[in-house]
Formats: sequence, C-alpha cells, structure tokens
Amino acid sequence: MSFIRIYGLFLRHFYLITRSFPRILDLIYWPSIQITLWGFISNFFASHTTYYNNAVGVILTCAILYDFLFRTSIGFNMLFLEEIWSRNFTNLFIAPIKISEIIISLISTALIRALIGLVPAILLTSPLFGISILDLGIHLFFLFLSLYLFGITLGILVSAGLLRFGPSFENIAWSTMFLLAPFGCIYYPIEILPDFFKTVAYMLPLVYIFEEARNILINNSVNFENILNAFYLNGVYLIIAISLFYYSFSKARKKGTLINIGE
Amino acid sequence: MKNLVEVKNLKKNYGLKEAVKNISFSIKENEILGLLGPNGSGKTTTIGMLLGLLKPTNGEILVDGKKIEDNRIEILKKINFISPYIELPKKLTVKQNLIVYCKLYNVLNIKKRIEYLVEKLKLEDLLNNVTGELSSGQKNRVSLAKALINNPSVLFLDEPTASLDPEIGDYVRSFLESYKKEKKISILLASHNMSEVTRLCKKVLMMKDGIIIDEGVPEELIKKHGRKNLEEVFLKLSRN
Repeated sequence: MSFIRIYGLFLRHFYLITRSFPRILDLIYWPSIQITLWGFISNFFASHTTYYNNAVGVILTCAILYDFLFRTSIGFNMLFLEEIWSRNFTNLFIAPIKISEIIISLISTALIRALIGLVPAILLTSPLFGISILDLGIHLFFLFLSLYLFGITLGILVSAGLLRFGPSFENIAWSTMFLLAPFGCIYYPIEILPDFFKTVAYMLPLVYIFEEARNILINNSVNFENILNAFYLNGVYLIIAISLFYYSFSKARKKGTLINIGE
Repeated sequence: MKNLVEVKNLKKNYGLKEAVKNISFSIKENEILGLLGPNGSGKTTTIGMLLGLLKPTNGEILVDGKKIEDNRIEILKKINFISPYIELPKKLTVKQNLIVYCKLYNVLNIKKRIEYLVEKLKLEDLLNNVTGELSSGQKNRVSLAKALINNPSVLFLDEPTASLDPEIGDYVRSFLESYKKEKKISILLASHNMSEVTRLCKKVLMMKDGIIIDEGVPEELIKKHGRKNLEEVFLKLSRN
C-alpha cells in the first residue's frame, strides 16, 4: 500500500473542491439546512401538539405542494443540465434560437415533467391515506400556479448560475429547494421562526402559499391577501431571474463559458 | 468572388490575457480557408467569435455583409459548426436528433431535408439507432448531417476528422469536397492534419499567440519557407 498514491488520489478530489466555490458551499450548507429545517419542525411539534388534530391531511397536502415546487424547479434545471452532460450545449447556442425561446421552451417542458410526477401522487393519497388535495377546492389552482411560477423562477436563477459559472454550479441546482425549505414554512406556521428568519420568510412567496394551504384546510376560509402577496412576489422574482439569465448569457459570451461548458 | 465572411481587427481578451490580437481575414464564397496553429494559438477563440458564442473585445465580424453582434440570430440561420468536442444528445435516436435540429433551424420540409442528408451521408441504417451507441465514425457522419441541416452558406469545421480512422477520415474529406462543389458553400477548416489542409484548402492562415503570422496558398507557403510540405512549414513557424 502506497500512502503517496492514496495522497495523490486525495489531492485529485481536494483540488477539485478548493478550486470551486459552489462545491465548498455545497459541503457547508447541506448539514446546516437539514439541522435548521428539522430543528424548526421538532420545535413546532413539541410546543403545538394539538395544531394538526383536526386536519390530518395538512402535512400530506403541504408535502405534495412542496413536491410540485421541487419537481418544477429541478425539472427546469435538469433540462439545462442534460444539455451540458450530453455535450450538446454548444450546438444549442449556435442554433438560431433566442434566449426568450429557450426560457419558454424549458418552462413548458418543466411543467409537463412536474405534472407527470404529480398526478400519480395525488391519485395515490386518496386510496392510501383517505386524503385528497382537491379539498383545497378551486384555490388549489392558484396555489399550484404560484408554486409553478416560483419553481421556474428558481430554475431560471440556477440555470443563469450554470451559464455564468459552468458545471461547478450543478450542486447548487440540486439543493436550492432545500436551502429555502426552512424559510418556506412548509410544515409549520411562520410564528415558529426566530425574528430574523421571519423577515427572510416574508420576502418569499412560499410562506404565503403554505400559510394559505393550511388556512384553507384547517379554518375552511380563504385569505386572498396571501394568494395575492405570493403572486406579487413571484412576479418580482421572475423578472429578476429572467434579467439575470440574460445578464449571465452576456457574461458567458464575454468569459467563454459557452465554449468550455461541456468539456 | 465576394467575401462571405469578413473579420476586421478582431481582438479577444480574457481578463489580462490577450487570446486574439487584432486579426483580419476574409472567407470568399465557395472557398475553403484553412486555419492552422499550435494549441493555444487562438483558433478556437476565433471560431467561437465567428459562431457568436464569444463576444469580441474589439473589432467586428460580418457575415454576408451583416455584423454578427447586431444580427446574431439571423446569421446563425446561415452558418453551422462541427467539432469532435461537441456532441448530439446521446439518448435520442439519430432521427429524433435530426428532427429536433430541423425544428431549431426552422427547416420547412423536414422529411425531404432528412431524406437528402440520409442519402448523402449514408445514414439509412442508423436512423433508428440511439446516438450514444454509435461508433466514432458513425457519430461523425450524424454530426455532419446536423451541421448541414440548415443548408448553411458558411460551415465552420474544428478538427472534423480528429479521432477518426484513416478510411473514415478520407470519406469525410471526400464528402466535404463534393458537398462544397455541389452547394458552393464557404468553409473555415481548423485542423492539425496538414495533409487534410493541403488537400482541401485553397488558402491557409497560420496563427500563433493570437496573431496571424503568415497566410497564403499552401504550395506557395511551402515554397516561400523552403520546406517540403505544409507540416514542415507549420513546425518552422510554430517553433520560431
């Protein structure tokens, strides 16, 4: 056994990590996010044991909604990553396709991908758990639409990062949703968060969407302010994400990422 | 013959590094221009700018009289590119890939165009095969079909026969010769294969350290530098 060879192989991976900020970030935030998310969930259930007594399906409904968001966002990123993995990226960007056409094509495909995953999940919850997400009524459509908008916004933001920084940004693509999960208040109300986290959470559409889903299921009432706030924030973030995508494309043309990205 | 591609005072910096330093050249209609130079000489950067993948730091590129920076999409409809360093989606069949690219290039009669390319490049037996499972030579023919899908006026070739065995390499060169004769297209060929360049190109540009150090007809360059062939000229220029 040669320690020099072992050290050589260690160096091969160590160099890779130290040369890429996204990879370092990836190592740091996974444990932090998991601990934070489950810390809040545990805290909430420890102090509010009767909160979900009258609405058994709330957690499951929120899980399905969150999964839809996750699938939409990851679906968008996957489509972009597929082009990098298959080394087709350059072919795509030398075709006469506008950036707006790329974005529209990816968000449509991401929707279809998310729906393919979502429909069986919705159908399964009823016979397995006696719960139907359709209990949210017509408002379910607005919640899904809002989640879809936020999902593709995140997808566009991550793809902008991939354009700008190349494949090393790939890890971020996988974990954006987990990064936002503690602030999204998916499984617990916003009151459980510390003040600083509350400020961040209120800046995200997620908190309004999941608060409203719980409100409909637990209180049988609809607060349109939550739905409107979510749409308003989605609009702002979507515009920012699209602008950033264009900016990243321009930067990639200056830095040469479009040529080297698949290599 | 008019200049189909005109490159004027083209410059590209990556931060402080000057990759391409103020080069100018043109490609005439129905001409194959060779672009030679050692690794790191600026060939790929130059092709990247010609394809609109890179933004020049200075200078301009005109294709058919139009500036690429102002008419990127319009110009991309008229040009295409092949390189062994880029591939088509591996999990799609050859036919699916060709259909996708017909759509991306807005080819009107897709069936007719694919039939034409299939016949030209002998792809009949490969159409329903998964692209990722093809041999290097087969992949190269499929990539050529993709590169010709839009009936380009200008074709950029970056080492089109690298990693091919001599027989398939010869097939590709013969195909390019006959296709150029038939369609009268302009080609920029970047290659390290000097016999390929001598065979195909009427004129060559020699690049080194981001500048064009010499240019001319291959035979004249060989004579001018007192060497036996283009490879020796290349070695002389790149070592000086």
